[in-house]
Amino acid sequence: MTPVLAAEEGFWATAYPVLPHPGELLIGTICFAVLLFVAYRTVVPRLETMLAQRQAAIQGGMEKAEKAQAEAEAALEEYRAQLADARAEAARIREEARSEGAKIIAEMRDRASSEAERITESAGRQVEAERLAAVTSLRTELGGLATQLAGRIVGEALTDSARQSRIVERFLTELEQSSPEDVRASATTVEPTTSAAPAGPSSGGAHRVP
Amino acid sequence: MIALPASAGFTPPSPADFWQPLIGDGAFAVTRPMVVMVLTTAAICLVLVLATKKLSLVPSRGQWALEGVYGLVRNSVGRDIIGAARVRPYIGFLFAIFTLVLVNNLMGITPVVQYPTFSRIGFPIVLAIAVWLVYIAAHVRHNGVGGTLKHLVPPGLPFAAVPVVFVLELLTFLVIRPLTLALRLFGNMFAGHMLLLLFALGGEYMLLHGGFPLNVVALPTFLIYFFLTAFEILISFLQAYVFVLLTSLYIAEVYAGDH
Repeated sequence: MTPVLAAEEGFWATAYPVLPHPGELLIGTICFAVLLFVAYRTVVPRLETMLAQRQAAIQGGMEKAEKAQAEAEAALEEYRAQLADARAEAARIREEARSEGAKIIAEMRDRASSEAERITESAGRQVEAERLAAVTSLRTELGGLATQLAGRIVGEALTDSARQSRIVERFLTELEQSSPEDVRASATTVEPTTSAAPAGPSSGGAHRVP
Repeated sequence: MIALPASAGFTPPSPADFWQPLIGDGAFAVTRPMVVMVLTTAAICLVLVLATKKLSLVPSRGQWALEGVYGLVRNSVGRDIIGAARVRPYIGFLFAIFTLVLVNNLMGITPVVQYPTFSRIGFPIVLAIAVWLVYIAAHVRHNGVGGTLKHLVPPGLPFAAVPVVFVLELLTFLVIRPLTLALRLFGNMFAGHMLLLLFALGGEYMLLHGGFPLNVVALPTFLIYFFLTAFEILISFLQAYVFVLLTSLYIAEVYAGDH
């Protein structure tokens, strides 16, 4: 055995380097087989699973981002629509307010003019009432004065109160039947009448009635 | 260089330096690259299994690095060459090749280990045969034997050229591809390590035994050694990348007639 080994040592030591050593071929085969086994059994499946998951995660992330962008765009669109609505609404309200204002102004003007009318009317009425009151009081006073004057002129005959009262009544009735112009005229002409026509209220009134 | 050892007593590195039996001897001796291969495989398996134990969608620093390597093989090589629809069954294969070749190549410049496993032709042959089996099996499964043979001859070829091209393509398909795949990796790692050995041993010899003019030259020799070490990192990565790239191209050819 020993010489054979020695010879072989010599052979492999000086052999061409391109001559494969059987032991190294064997070990190389075994080692490569083991590495292949580990690669196919464990390493590649693990790495491929992880890469697939990563790709899925990236794709999911991108999908999520796309969704978010779509949502943001939708929201923007909605806001724009709302803004347009709000603008239209504001314009509508402004228009409404303007017409309302115009209406209010017209109403106020109406009310003011009616009020003015009312005030004018009531003032007229008051003036009329005052005038009537003045006429009445004047008439009473005038009646008294005329009666007094007539009494003085006619004498004691007229002092009888019942008679005097009747004469005054008649005189006043005559006066009431006449128009306001006549009353006014009578008011203005009573004085001269009473003084110029001392004949008596009955004669003065009688000649004025027609 | 051949004259050098005789005159100066310097023994230059030789292919015999790559024969490093640790236990026993002969065809089934346990050699240093075997141990490196077993340890690196165990380390790769351990790291991969542990690193993929808790994968998160937002990667940690370690997971990010792992994903970088995985993504390079899966996307930049596998998916871009074979196609996204077809690459899934081959990812593990490509990833195993890439990690095994890369880590073992880097072992050539890793302190203490300092042995590029793939500078022993036995290991690249294993990978080349595996690739060969995979792409032939895929071809036959996808296109059938007839379709595979027909596929070797590009359409529109002059009738007279068909037999010649067929023989050449068949040779390429069955022999040259796996052969170049194995030899390329082996040659790169073998030659690279030989260069490193030469500059390291030569520099050391010149510094210690060379005498006045030579021990001054030792300094640039070591500088070149460092430069080559850095270069070797690049080669380590490049060879691993080229290996999976070519594997992907061979596999992609299976589906080339589909569209």
